Amino acid sequence: MFRKTLLAAAGAAFVAGSASAQTEITWWHAMGGALGEAVNEIAKRFNESQSDYVITPVYKGNYEETLTATIAAFRAGEQPNIVQVFEAGAATLMGADGAVVPVEDLLKANDVPFDINDYISGVRYFYADDSGKMVGMPFNSSTPILYYNVEALEQAGVTPPKTWEEFAEVTAPALKEAGYVPAAQSHLPWIFTENFFSRHNLQFATENNGYGEGTPEILINNDAIKAHFTAVKDWVDAGLFGYYGAGWSDNQAPFENQEVAMWMGSSASFGGLKQSADFDFSATYLPYWEAVTSEPTNTFIGGAALWALTGHESDEEKATAEFFNFLSSPEMQFFWHQETGYVPITTAAYDLAKSEGWYEETPQAEIGIQQLSLPGGDWTKGYRLGFYVQIRDVMNREYGRIMAGEATVDEAFEVIERESNQLLERFAKTSG
Amino acid sequence: MKKSVFTNPTLPYLLLFPQMAIIAVFFLWPAAEAIWSSFFILDPFFGNATFVGFENYTDAVTRSDYQRTAIFTFWFTFFVAFLSLAIGLMLAVSADRVLRGKSAYKTLLMWVYAIAPPVAGLIGIMLFDQHIGPLVKFAAFFGWELQVGVSYFDTAFAMTTVATWKQIPYNFIFFLSGLQSIPSSVKEAAAIDCRSEMRRFWTITFPLLAPTSFFLLILNITYAFFETFGVIDLMVKGEPGNNPVTLVYKVFQDGFRGLDVGGSAAQSVILMICVLALTVVQFRLIERRVHYG
Repeated sequence: MFRKTLLAAAGAAFVAGSASAQTEITWWHAMGGALGEAVNEIAKRFNESQSDYVITPVYKGNYEETLTATIAAFRAGEQPNIVQVFEAGAATLMGADGAVVPVEDLLKANDVPFDINDYISGVRYFYADDSGKMVGMPFNSSTPILYYNVEALEQAGVTPPKTWEEFAEVTAPALKEAGYVPAAQSHLPWIFTENFFSRHNLQFATENNGYGEGTPEILINNDAIKAHFTAVKDWVDAGLFGYYGAGWSDNQAPFENQEVAMWMGSSASFGGLKQSADFDFSATYLPYWEAVTSEPTNTFIGGAALWALTGHESDEEKATAEFFNFLSSPEMQFFWHQETGYVPITTAAYDLAKSEGWYEETPQAEIGIQQLSLPGGDWTKGYRLGFYVQIRDVMNREYGRIMAGEATVDEAFEVIERESNQLLERFAKTSG
Repeated sequence: MKKSVFTNPTLPYLLLFPQMAIIAVFFLWPAAEAIWSSFFILDPFFGNATFVGFENYTDAVTRSDYQRTAIFTFWFTFFVAFLSLAIGLMLAVSADRVLRGKSAYKTLLMWVYAIAPPVAGLIGIMLFDQHIGPLVKFAAFFGWELQVGVSYFDTAFAMTTVATWKQIPYNFIFFLSGLQSIPSSVKEAAAIDCRSEMRRFWTITFPLLAPTSFFLLILNITYAFFETFGVIDLMVKGEPGNNPVTLVYKVFQDGFRGLDVGGSAAQSVILMICVLALTVVQFRLIERRVHYG
């Protein structure tokens, strides 16, 4: 018995020894549950697809925890090769000069073909720098869309609203009459703020939405969005809209329980909804205000990107570049899109999904990418603001105060503007 | 009494050394680091620092929610400490009087203490859930539309309830052993002198419990201040929004979630000064009245 164990140990040591001839890289990510399994599958397929490199994915908790862990590791000189950082943390990562190898540089230096125009328009420049160079590799990208309960809308005799005017005058009263809370949403800063600005092609911050060199100022205190929040608060008071707090699932649950007829969530919520909702649901674009624009534009992406961190040997950088190449292949993108509901990031992958007939089976899965591919404007590429996690916290707090009737819309937006700008000014000082 | 005197002058320092080393590594060093960082705005990745003087302090306290957080922390600490002490004492007195099935009562009452804070927080969330919580349905029965996560007051109520519930058994254990250490001869003598049970409790039992009560008071304030973190974190579900949070939670929120190292350090220095002041007050004012038998 003992001899057997010894032999097994020796065998294992031998295998490990031969494996070390390969270049090993690590990938820290924030994808738990079913998403984490899809991540592991991607890594497994990459490892099986060739014999030179081995990638090890490591789950590090939620987005904030992953970023904090990365910073701690960076300061100890033990950072992973690749880390997944979400959109609100992008400015922190890019603000730290020399922490990240821009993905475009990395790919070109390692002779991996790269053309930014292969990426779909809504994704292309979101993680790019001011000159348009791609810095972070878009990974899990989603966008807010409107889901609706098909039966509820039929019962009320309405179709999903195209504009907020239609919602207020036709859809919401009919749904209320039919015994439903007409609508809810899960993330006020993302869906009703950032994407409000992109859907209506409004400037969100000075300095080219924050991509420029100087210290940006947030332009949130404007009449269009204040009118929107005034309307939402009126709807909440009149029972035409449900607000269940800042938590994501608190707002999604009543839609799944069929109390709420329409719910604005992420295009990536599709996979989860398919399992949790035992009723017929479909999806459409986020409504817009006709009073603000007659030509609604594309929305922003949410989600996260993969970033190659500095401080690694050139063979490891080569491995990272090869992995990025593998990841952005149409087959892997289609796999990821199908498993999770995140949008495919390249046109080739989108075409593959179409030719495979994926959208004939599940037309709802196409809404996100269609909305991202709508005609854009000057202010629909994205935004880059520092200390953005805290700015979102300020928004959530003030919106909560509006909904609870503790503050007027004017007061709340004034506070958001003042405290966001204070945070942006502080952030400017972190980079010395 | 004979005083023992150390003949070797270095021995006491040697004996104190391990304790001092622990304090230095786990308190003095981090505290000094916090004080230093509180005067800088730092880049989290490389630690590049820009000196800003007292700006972190003024920024922190002039934030619109700072005052509200401080006021909430005060009332939260007051209610959690007061209620869990009062209910713990009440239960201990009741359990002390029970003759039959004493250990069964004791075990049941202590049980809650074995629950880890995150689990307690999870149970609390379930009980107060907007859509499925039984306590929400119970409140609706009385016409109270309890909306945790939407209404500031309702969330504060739910947090206080869960944090108090979690602490009661701890106080119960100490009060019960305190009560059992009061000599029965004293109690019997009091019973002969006075018929009113209430009066006997306040004039005899309660003063004799004073050392226990003082010890518990300090521990409960510390608990409400620092250790309720887990419960709060779970109840706000990672999105603080318009929910009440304590000052300690805010330090975490700005430092670890928001990565504002300097701002968060300034807040923790303010907190450190407050706790220091509170401790001085407790020992100077209250402990003088405590009679150690």
